[in-house]
Amino acid sequence: MTMVDLKLHVNGKDVETAADPRESLLEVLRGRLGLMGVKEGCGVGECGACNVLVDGLPVDSCLTLAVWADGKCVRTIEGEARPGGELSPTQRAYVEAGAVQCGFCTPGLVMTTSAFLERNQHRLNEITREEIKRAHAGHLCRCTGYEMIVEAVEQALGREVKGAGECRPAPSLAEKHLTNERR
Amino acid sequence: MTTIGISPNRLDAAAKVSGKARYTEDLPMAGLRHAVIVRSPIAHGLVKSIDIRPALDFPGVEAVFTYEDVPEALYPTAGHPYNLLAERRDVADRRLLTSHVRHFGDEVAVVVARDVLTAAKGARLVKAEYEEMPALLDRESALAPGAALIHEHAPGNVLRHTVSEHGGSVDELLKKADLVVEGRYKTPMVQHCHMETAVSYAYMDDEDHIVVVSSTQIPQIARRVVGQALGLPWSRIRVIKPYLGGGFGNKQDVLLEPMVAFLTWKLGGVPVQIALTREECFTSTRTRHQFDGEAKLALTRDGVFTAFDLKVWSRTGAYASHGHSIAAAAGSKSPYLYPRAALRYDAVTYYANVPSAGAMRGYGQPQVTFIMDCLVEEAAQALAMDPLELRLKNVARSGDVSPYNNQTIYAAGIYEALTRGSELIDWRRKREFYKNQTGPIRRGLGVACCSYGSNTYPAAVELAGARLILNQDGRVTLAVGATEIGQGADTAMAQLASHALDVPLESFHVVTNQDTDHTPFDTGAYASRQCYTSSSAIAAAAREFAGKILDLAALLSGVPRDAMRLKDGNIVGSDGEHVVFTLAELALQSYYHLDHGAPIVAEAAHKTRLNPPVYCCTFVEVEVDMPLCRVAVKEAWNIHDSGRIINPKLASGQVHGGMGMGLGWALYEEMLLDEKGRVLNDNLLDYKMPAIMDLPDLDCAFVEIIDPTNPYGIRALGEPPLVTPAPAVRNAVWHATGVKVDEIPITPKTLFRYLEKAGL
Repeated sequence: MTMVDLKLHVNGKDVETAADPRESLLEVLRGRLGLMGVKEGCGVGECGACNVLVDGLPVDSCLTLAVWADGKCVRTIEGEARPGGELSPTQRAYVEAGAVQCGFCTPGLVMTTSAFLERNQHRLNEITREEIKRAHAGHLCRCTGYEMIVEAVEQALGREVKGAGECRPAPSLAEKHLTNERR
Repeated sequence: MTTIGISPNRLDAAAKVSGKARYTEDLPMAGLRHAVIVRSPIAHGLVKSIDIRPALDFPGVEAVFTYEDVPEALYPTAGHPYNLLAERRDVADRRLLTSHVRHFGDEVAVVVARDVLTAAKGARLVKAEYEEMPALLDRESALAPGAALIHEHAPGNVLRHTVSEHGGSVDELLKKADLVVEGRYKTPMVQHCHMETAVSYAYMDDEDHIVVVSSTQIPQIARRVVGQALGLPWSRIRVIKPYLGGGFGNKQDVLLEPMVAFLTWKLGGVPVQIALTREECFTSTRTRHQFDGEAKLALTRDGVFTAFDLKVWSRTGAYASHGHSIAAAAGSKSPYLYPRAALRYDAVTYYANVPSAGAMRGYGQPQVTFIMDCLVEEAAQALAMDPLELRLKNVARSGDVSPYNNQTIYAAGIYEALTRGSELIDWRRKREFYKNQTGPIRRGLGVACCSYGSNTYPAAVELAGARLILNQDGRVTLAVGATEIGQGADTAMAQLASHALDVPLESFHVVTNQDTDHTPFDTGAYASRQCYTSSSAIAAAAREFAGKILDLAALLSGVPRDAMRLKDGNIVGSDGEHVVFTLAELALQSYYHLDHGAPIVAEAAHKTRLNPPVYCCTFVEVEVDMPLCRVAVKEAWNIHDSGRIINPKLASGQVHGGMGMGLGWALYEEMLLDEKGRVLNDNLLDYKMPAIMDLPDLDCAFVEIIDPTNPYGIRALGEPPLVTPAPAVRNAVWHATGVKVDEIPITPKTLFRYLEKAGL
């Protein structure tokens, strides 16, 4: 299969890579860019472990073809901490609430929480527990019973959240793939 | 200063929230090859012929092996310590690959290629022809006279049948009883669903040693079993366990290690990995044993239990794996709950052509507790007695003696736990309020309780090891053989060591990756055993470590040894204030003093012969939608007596997780087979494990009854949280609807059947 060139904006940096057009975003992030924080739990969009943010929206990277992300902003768990390595408010909340056990589902969940808080920055005080649960319904976790994950999100709500709008689009090589057909 | 009973953050939490924690598949190796297993499309039969040529001819495929190429030796896979008594060893009934396939997804060949896609393509090109045999899926067909043999060593497909009787003659007590209640119950085959699937790789970096990197709960046992499977001395195998993404017992089994070791061995040491898909995890790792039970409970007219009579059939599936140990262990953990009643326990474990069952959180105890607790609820109904009162009247109290092993139960907090839980859920008021409902939406309250034994002695050795190293900068490295699998063991161990040495927690580094060449010996993460057993090893190592530190401090300072002690990370004089040395100062001296001292290392191992029981109970409130036959849990409390809690935050998290799993077992989860034995729901969409919207807020509490047999007063916690939610839900549904359901999961389909039968 002919390889295609991809330009992605990953965790704040422009990245160029060649990939098989059949490769998933998960495969490119792990296999070609070495971002091993992105986990595969099922490979077919059932568990949410591979969740990353594409243009600020959570997606299952196992179900997303890498070419669909061409020209877009991708944020993985490796890009969640502040420059210099300081944990983000979401990460700190997960640590302190005890929301981490085996940790395999954690990167995906942290990205969803982070996006959820960014999306709702204007109404953080109104967010209900039910709404938190709904926002994380695409994730499976076998260790926690989700209780402390909900608590982590509530803890993070009490804090400053990572600012939205820090994503800038990368120049696209394959504009035709970018029509965002999945959404 | 104590670090026990406080809740520092997990040591590995920051690594895990930042994506730095490396699991087995995150450690790519240059030149790594990938292997995919060729699996049988039928549940039972013989391979008549197999053609590997098309696969070998496919570009990128490097090797194909079939059952003709693997060692003849049969090996066991259960994650149990080796046993010196041959008759107590695990059943060895598996070859690396087989021509007699015994379940859908059984393993006949393996294809190695440069990448996973090519290996998968190669596996599809292997052409095997089968002669089908009848698929024996359930107790009726597998145990029918004249049924085909699944294994030659098991006549009648019975793996093992044992009967034990403790605390009196059950037949006589049944005869003398004022009241006997009885029932038949059934619990389903479910899967662990750890988020990281099973994955292992192996390589050789010298002529003699095979290195296996694996997502395993039991590195030392895996080492031994790989040696057995390949016929190699055990020390030639080295097993490394990196961060692990959940196991729940599935990885207390040797799943892929022998195969990857075999492949690298045959291929000149090139690294070979097998990472199972989620679908393969369902069909071809392990499951929970499906249990059928017939049971009786004898009691007096004022509600004193005199005898339990339990008969269970445990379906172990295609291979023994943990085999009869599951049913047997469940029988041995039960007598702690109602120790003043006799117990007869008759257990049959049988083979069937379904995915193999192995260890899963609770190890048979959830199934047996379901049966016992359903019976207790029957008794309460028959006596028109409050089910809580009936349990309170009969449960163990500190000082009772277990009829099973004649050990005194020094700490039994189940009475306290039940009392506490009833207050927390407002039992009496709500039970009264929800009586006699008739509407379409009904509520009910249920309770269930259980006992659980810490450890496995005398079925297996109980051994743990710990090593402490004083680094050059005064920080302390703690290496344990106990495996961190997500439960928080590393953090708990550091807290125990910090407490024992009076050195701040921040000064510790815990080696999280077990390596059979380097870390102390321990049999692994199972039986909720690690804190109880390791704590004594840590205490012993800490004594030796502190002694060596004080010896050197005395030698160098001239202060008498007995006039010094460790306090908050310093070596202080008898006033407790004057710092003779900081640990960092002494550490440098130990390494670099020209004449005296040596690097300070202490190591200890500990064997225990005790199984102090722990107790737990669940209280739930459910809402039943009668027309839709749907059960929703509205409130759930688990109350545990596990002795002193080392880290309440971590402990609560572990309890919540067990409750979630237990509620899944109660309401949603079951592996479904078609009539030919194919797994119908081998994925996380069709197999319903609880997601965040499916669970209520989960609450827990601890009653900390201190057990004198442990230096820290701690006991087991890991598995029990899962045990009691299911019977509590079943009892609550009975309270809400007036209909008792004798099987789980209580899905709408099941409940419809029962409500219809009851004319509702």
